[in-house]
Amino acid sequence: MTEAAITAGAFTQERRRARRRAAWRRRRLVLLLMSPWLVGFCLFFGYPLVMSVYLSFTHYDLLSSPKWIGWANYHYLFTQDPQVGPAVRNTLWLILIMVPLQVLFAFGVAMMVARARRGVGFFRTIFYLPALAPPVAATMAFVYLLNPATGPVNVILGHLGINGPLWFQSPQWSKPSLTLLSIWGVGNLMIIFLAAILDAPQQLYESAELDGAGPFQRMRWVTLPTISPVILFSVVISVIAAMQYFTQAYVAANIASGQASQAGDQTVNNLGYPEGSTLFYPVLLYQHGFRFFNMGYASALSVLLLIVAFTVTVLIIRNSRRWVHYAGAVK
Amino acid sequence: MRRGVIAAVALVAILAAVAGGTARSAAHAGTKADTITIWVGWSARELKAFKSIIAEYDKNHPDVNVKVVGGINDDKITAAIRSGNVPDVVSSFTSANVGSYCKSGAWVDLKPFLSKDHLDVNVFPKTSQYYTQYNGKRCALPLLADVYGLYYNKKMFAAAGIKSPPKTMSQLTADAKKLTKRGKGGSLKVVGYNPFLGFYAGNAPDLSAYAPLYGAKYTDAGGHSSLSKDPAWSRLLRWQKSLVDWYGYKNLQKFDAGAADEFSASHAFEIGKLGMMIDGEWRVAFIQAEHPELSYATAPAPVDDAKPSLYGAGYVNGTIIGIPKGVKHKDQAWALLKYLTFNAHPLALFSNAIRNVPTTKQSLTSKEIKPDAHFKTFLTIFKNPNSKTTPITAAGNAYGTLIQAFAVKWQAGHAGDLHAGLQKLDKQIDAQLKQAQAGGVP
Repeated sequence: MTEAAITAGAFTQERRRARRRAAWRRRRLVLLLMSPWLVGFCLFFGYPLVMSVYLSFTHYDLLSSPKWIGWANYHYLFTQDPQVGPAVRNTLWLILIMVPLQVLFAFGVAMMVARARRGVGFFRTIFYLPALAPPVAATMAFVYLLNPATGPVNVILGHLGINGPLWFQSPQWSKPSLTLLSIWGVGNLMIIFLAAILDAPQQLYESAELDGAGPFQRMRWVTLPTISPVILFSVVISVIAAMQYFTQAYVAANIASGQASQAGDQTVNNLGYPEGSTLFYPVLLYQHGFRFFNMGYASALSVLLLIVAFTVTVLIIRNSRRWVHYAGAVK
Repeated sequence: MRRGVIAAVALVAILAAVAGGTARSAAHAGTKADTITIWVGWSARELKAFKSIIAEYDKNHPDVNVKVVGGINDDKITAAIRSGNVPDVVSSFTSANVGSYCKSGAWVDLKPFLSKDHLDVNVFPKTSQYYTQYNGKRCALPLLADVYGLYYNKKMFAAAGIKSPPKTMSQLTADAKKLTKRGKGGSLKVVGYNPFLGFYAGNAPDLSAYAPLYGAKYTDAGGHSSLSKDPAWSRLLRWQKSLVDWYGYKNLQKFDAGAADEFSASHAFEIGKLGMMIDGEWRVAFIQAEHPELSYATAPAPVDDAKPSLYGAGYVNGTIIGIPKGVKHKDQAWALLKYLTFNAHPLALFSNAIRNVPTTKQSLTSKEIKPDAHFKTFLTIFKNPNSKTTPITAAGNAYGTLIQAFAVKWQAGHAGDLHAGLQKLDKQIDAQLKQAQAGGVP
């Protein structure tokens, strides 16, 4: 081997090493910049996730050390717990009825506000304001408004000759009542839809108009395809929120049941009132974990919830390829 | 040499004096500085009363300073025990959780303390002994009890021509019908007796307040759920549903929705919208504070027609108190616990203040208990050997949730065949207790 060849080889190796060092420096910089998120993710998501999976295979009462029991919690969950079935059905109701209504209502309001010629700011504020109300306060207000005996809604219905329903006191009406509450508070979704609608390219509407498209056709062929990524986003976050629905159900059941307890007394169990119609999956999970100190079983319930939420989200996103259009995307 | 010996003796004497002085001052400073903390569930007026009991203890025990923290629930207790940052003495309104506390050792075993001080838990009635232990392990003691009995409006009784309170469920039904006043379309203006599960404490949907009135047993000899095997449960549920049906399910729902909160001054019984109700002894103090003009009386709750001998019994529950594990001042904590639970004096004073039932047999007859005809009924019910509480299990009151789920469906007419429903319920409860590794049936 000639001296020149040896020098060239050494030079190539040196260049490779320099490239590797530069790449490693870049990676370190990326890691450093990502570290706040990575630490937070590992600490507040990764660790609890791993622990939940581990605890789901144990008997753990929060007070003594977890005891390994294998698949027993899952066996009870899938074959014996009589509350799981109703809780899943109640949660499915939210996904199939409440979520579409929320999205439709938010979209409808956004369309109206986008078309308003005067007072746009006023309407935007009015429809957004309920989203600022704390969920507990909003639920309390709705339970008061919809009180079958003394609430103003039924009083007004009574004056109109209508015998108002029992709302939160009735197993048939409790979920529709919660749906009313959620529709009332769709301000966040409405704002996202409004931004997307206002962002739609004006030239597309003009072209459609020149082609003779009416308002419905413009909405069908211009607005909806343009905002379809936002619809997908709204559906995904609403479905996940429905699977985690807790606060409103907890508060409504406790107040509507009318069976108050003294401070500290946890003997009274109003969760799911009336007749288990508001016992949603997260409420059941809370009941086992924090009322019955059965954290091992509650962990099994939460692992299942995570798997289902993940699967449903993946299915929605996969399915969305047929109807979501991304501007500039190449198929 | 001699000088050296003198110097050494002097040095030893000085050291001894210094050490002795330090020890004395340390002991003094230590006893004075020892602050122990007690967590209780009471709040507002009741917390103030409890603090006055503790103030007296503080005054008589200069070696300790007791700090009271109110408004505590079991979530906070559990979190404190898990974190290791515990109070010295802890109490809970939820006696159903004693199974968790004893089994896990989260509340320390009190047996060594009781043995050391030669204290016998037989000073408490059997029911209170039961709900303060789990499987023979005593990790708690009772601190005042809640006892359920019948309250009735004397004015309404007189107007309806009813001479005495009902003693059986059929008498209760008859009286309830006489006292009820309806408005337009069957709406309820005044309800003689409201049997709707979920309406106020006397109608706890897990049927806990009714079970002792029917002598209904939760488990059989083998420890299995026996709701379908003991006909008392069917009788209870049939009686309850028949009265609900007489009022009309929807009418009662509407009445309940319009009734004020249980712990407000507009409580339906206190404002004359209920003729009778089953409630805890604490209502005596609430009526005294909120509606002293109310003309009412108390009596034991009516019982199953098939078991008239049960008359005088009732449902009993109560506050439990213990020492959490990891406590810093164990001896001082035990001294306070012993004082609060075994000594008739603080029990009588606290009972007078919040009108809960004192928990030792001696304190029930204490001269310090303020005489009160309304309250006396509950002292008698508490002593009755047929008075019962709910089963203590490792799963807390989880089984009650299953009973509740079935019972509210039953009263709504959605449960189908009663016996088949109870059989299914038994299986569900057994599976649940097995899952929670429970036991400790009554």
